[in-house]
Amino acid sequence: MADASDSQSNPPVDPAPSGPDGERKLLRLPDLDRLIGLLRARGFRVIGPTVRDATIMLGDIESAAQLPSGWAERVEAGFYRVERRDDAACFAHRTSPESAKRHLFPPAQKLWRADGSEDHPQPVVEDRSTAPRLAFLGLHACDLAAIAVQDKVFMGGAYVDHVYATHRRGALIIAVQCTSSAPTCFCDSMGTGPHLDGGCDLGMTELIEGGEPVYVVHTGSEEGAQLLAGLAPPPASHAQVVAAEQLVAEAAAHQKRRMQTEGIKDLFYQNYENPRWEEVARRCLTCANCTMVCPTCFCANIEDGTDLSGRLAERRRRWDSCYTLDFSYIHGGSVRYSPMSRYRQWLTHKLATWIDQFGTSGCVGCGRCIVWCPVGIDLTEEVAALRMSARAS
Amino acid sequence: MASNAVADPLVSRPWRVKRRIREAHDTFTLEIESRAGESFPFTAGQFNMLHVHGVGEVPISISSNPAETALIRHTTREVGPVTKAMRKLDAGDTIGVRGPMGVGWPIEAIEGRDVVLVAGGIGLAPLRPALYRLIAEREKYGKIVLLYGTRSPQDILFKHELEHWRAQFDLEIHVTVDRAIGTWRGHVGVVTTLIARAPFDPLETVALVCGPEIMMRYTLMELGRRGVRESDMYLSMERNMKCGIGTCGHCQMGPFFVCRDGPVFNYAQIKWLLGKAEV
Repeated sequence: MADASDSQSNPPVDPAPSGPDGERKLLRLPDLDRLIGLLRARGFRVIGPTVRDATIMLGDIESAAQLPSGWAERVEAGFYRVERRDDAACFAHRTSPESAKRHLFPPAQKLWRADGSEDHPQPVVEDRSTAPRLAFLGLHACDLAAIAVQDKVFMGGAYVDHVYATHRRGALIIAVQCTSSAPTCFCDSMGTGPHLDGGCDLGMTELIEGGEPVYVVHTGSEEGAQLLAGLAPPPASHAQVVAAEQLVAEAAAHQKRRMQTEGIKDLFYQNYENPRWEEVARRCLTCANCTMVCPTCFCANIEDGTDLSGRLAERRRRWDSCYTLDFSYIHGGSVRYSPMSRYRQWLTHKLATWIDQFGTSGCVGCGRCIVWCPVGIDLTEEVAALRMSARAS
Repeated sequence: MASNAVADPLVSRPWRVKRRIREAHDTFTLEIESRAGESFPFTAGQFNMLHVHGVGEVPISISSNPAETALIRHTTREVGPVTKAMRKLDAGDTIGVRGPMGVGWPIEAIEGRDVVLVAGGIGLAPLRPALYRLIAEREKYGKIVLLYGTRSPQDILFKHELEHWRAQFDLEIHVTVDRAIGTWRGHVGVVTTLIARAPFDPLETVALVCGPEIMMRYTLMELGRRGVRESDMYLSMERNMKCGIGTCGHCQMGPFFVCRDGPVFNYAQIKWLLGKAEV
């Protein structure tokens, strides 16, 4: 996956097939259904987009009928609606409030428990060895970039996170290239999409032919190739391959928002005291939505508790957010008590200190934080404003 | 549920409380040992995550002698639910341990130098292991000076040890209190007031500082005024910590995870962050 720490443009459009088998195949909707069946027969939990709670969510799916065929999202800063579209496309979602994070790094996890009635309670670790392998269907390039970022967070340091590593190592990914961009997308400027650049077992591009979706598929791994072979698909025509790549290139070209990443770490390090932070803090509700929908935010609380008897103790890990006062609380008060400092912490971490910590930006340009912010704060706009303000001072 | 064979850094190991020592009205020391008889090597300035069954877990610095790896001591004030519960533990009780965590004082790297330790209140606890190390190899260092400030004479920690050390001819120990009572004949004032007159050669000196953040800021300023180089000053930072291994995010200070990259930092390394509010 492309390192997002510096400004990079997407690789040039390459209509020539890539991947181990060197040839692109064609799947239709019934083939996707067979693919889902095949995965389930092999013991996978298949996670794909599906319409739920008036959003397109990632959830367990058992058949292609559960895919959001004919549904699209209409989004803007602080705005999200699901609406019908004219064709039967299944993968038109871009800014679902959920991402693979929810499944690889679950929002609440039991870590261990200990029985206090024993002489010296010995922690018993939650057994994750029998957890089914996850198969993700319909992740986009930015989602894969986010997984690559979390790989560094949870598996790239001195300690490997057991929960994340268990889910991640078993995961199979069938990704989809974006053939259109939402108005909030800016992956092109982050160098993270919309082209797929490795990181998946199978990669698909959705074309609409006569109102029905067909999929130009390339393989990204041996396991993906085997899966695909099981479906015995015909090759995609040259015209289909070219059309697919053309759509992805257009999706990139049509992105309205951009993040200027050049020198971004120094920009933040030199502007902790820029007056722009007070301006954005007047709008920020510190609701934590951006951290919850962000596919890379990894902060979590460790919670110890007991059952009502006080005998059985349990340790859990739960997503936390730097927007809460509790987050930075030490005896005597919170380190970051003002909303200004908490917004500054989030954005500075995401776009600057993350680079020092993990060698990559924490932002993949998916735009979820823009869409799901109740007041529509747009980080691309904030970075631009910070640059302007820094230049002026 | 099944036991996991691979060591998980988020799993506490059950240790045994050997004894609890009262240090001051709100401060106590827990002496603990491994039930499995494990030896526990650590560096002066490191900390452990201590877990009280069903109550919670807190980071507490190790206050004992690094040469002693079977019995480990933690000295803490009673300030929250977990430390309150810890104070109720008695000999034989179980306490969960994860650690040792973080980066400690650079004891070996400063051989040959004068060492000035500046402690404020409970900040003496993470410095005590450094003192043990320095005293154990006294000939390797120049002057050793401890400047210790606390609220009142009743709050002075490790009093007998301080008296013992003060009686040695090769250690300088200066104690000051914010508020004196009638019988106190020592220095009154904040610890920074001791710095100007303390006997050390600024250019030869390495300073180890631990205490409330505001006290450390003024201490570093005062040391700078005496001519101690910023790259020769070290301080131990406090932040909210939940995991102790740099993955929960709570202890971030700029690009640093205080639990993993600290708690001991070189002043030159973090000076750009210290002066800024709410970082």
